[in-house]
Amino acid sequence: MHATDLEDVIVNLLCLAVTDLPLDVNMALEEALRSESNPTGKNQLQAILENVRLARERSIPMCQDTGIQIFYVSVGSDFPLLGEIPQILTNAVRKGTQSIPLRPNTVNPVLHENPGDNTGINVPWINWKITEGSDLRITAFPKGGGSENVCKLGMLTPGQGLNGMKRFVIDSMIEAGAKPCPPTIVGIGIGGGADICMKLAKEQLLRPVGYRHSNPKIAKMENELIQALNKTGIGPMGLGGDTTVLDVHIGMAMRHPASFPVGLAVQCWAARRASATITRKGKVEYTSHKVK
Amino acid sequence: MATYELTTPVSEEEIRKLRVNDIVYISGKVFTARDEAHERALNWFESNKQLPIQPKGLAVFHCGPIVRKKGEEWELVAAGPTTSTRMEMFEDKFLEAFQVRVVIGKGGMGARTAAAMKKVGAIYGAFTGGAAVLAANNVRKITDVAWLDLGMPEALWILEVERFGPLIVAIDATGENLFEQVKEGVEQRRQEIYQIAGLSKT
Repeated sequence: MHATDLEDVIVNLLCLAVTDLPLDVNMALEEALRSESNPTGKNQLQAILENVRLARERSIPMCQDTGIQIFYVSVGSDFPLLGEIPQILTNAVRKGTQSIPLRPNTVNPVLHENPGDNTGINVPWINWKITEGSDLRITAFPKGGGSENVCKLGMLTPGQGLNGMKRFVIDSMIEAGAKPCPPTIVGIGIGGGADICMKLAKEQLLRPVGYRHSNPKIAKMENELIQALNKTGIGPMGLGGDTTVLDVHIGMAMRHPASFPVGLAVQCWAARRASATITRKGKVEYTSHKVK
Repeated sequence: MATYELTTPVSEEEIRKLRVNDIVYISGKVFTARDEAHERALNWFESNKQLPIQPKGLAVFHCGPIVRKKGEEWELVAAGPTTSTRMEMFEDKFLEAFQVRVVIGKGGMGARTAAAMKKVGAIYGAFTGGAAVLAANNVRKITDVAWLDLGMPEALWILEVERFGPLIVAIDATGENLFEQVKEGVEQRRQEIYQIAGLSKT
């Protein structure tokens, strides 16, 4: 496999991510439209689904905010292009910015300069996992700003514990209201430390909508939070309704005896992610979308 | 929950008929303005400088679009609304200065804007956040652009739209605010929400 072949696959992933929803999210939105009882909420879900359909048909970004470019890379140590991946991703982002197109979204926080190609210091950001074997599993995860702006860190005490976590999530999502473009997907990370719980929280947004955690105790908390957050009545786009979240996913790491860190990551309805597995010989399988 | 078709420039009388939860489709001239364009417009107003457009009766759209140039023409690729609360610090002065009749955005606006809308005769129309293709689909063309020095998202894009919507009237000219109504509902249910999550009352 050549670097340019991999670059093309990454451009495809970026294009899929911003122009078409993953199958699970699309299904969840359709289900929400069927069950929504508020006429304004229903109107918003109809507009969302119509928008998604047009974006897919015309292959143009479903939202003008095409995000900050984040990748989740799980790569076998025997994958031939391992060391070149950062450069390949950067090249693909530059290429995709032109060809898809993506909105130029990288701003230097000190100098206010926008290079116009969606790259720059630490962007694209890569979350690495090195595994055994020779396959590359990669997810393009362009993350929008509206939902990112309501993400939160809660450094709770062990005494506050899991009940404190639930209260923190509910209060934060009520405060967020219409801002993150509901119906949202909520990711929660518990434990580790300040950085680790945030990282875990965001990683939960990769889990398909509708899948419960394998640990029944965690699955129960996920269900409770889904029901509680949908009881708020915030509804699609915060205009009122039954559908405020499409799902809640919780992940965890061991915690320090003195700490109970909780990370909250929020994803808008335009839950853009696209994944593929690439073998060392260059065979490509797209796993999040149907690809013709 | 009635549906209305409006054509810009919109009269004050037409606007005062609308109520929260009504659905509106707009045709005619609409311009985009985000944080920096609001700030500059108000600075220019204070120093008696003419804006590049005549905003009276028009709709201002909180939007930073994706555009590309095809030959001499600008092409609109995607144009969903941005979060309106960032403009809360400007909008009341903006409405009074320019008599814009419709503010289009997402996420709603606060008490200052609602009061100005009541006074001036304007509404806030919520467009579905993120629905950028649907929005662009209802834009017939980009007729002009000003203040491109502010960058693509912040520039003042002047659009000709046809049945742009659906917009949900979320603040009407009586000062009613749908987002505030939703928030009040959430507060009333707060204890019940905690209980569903297995939490005791506070």
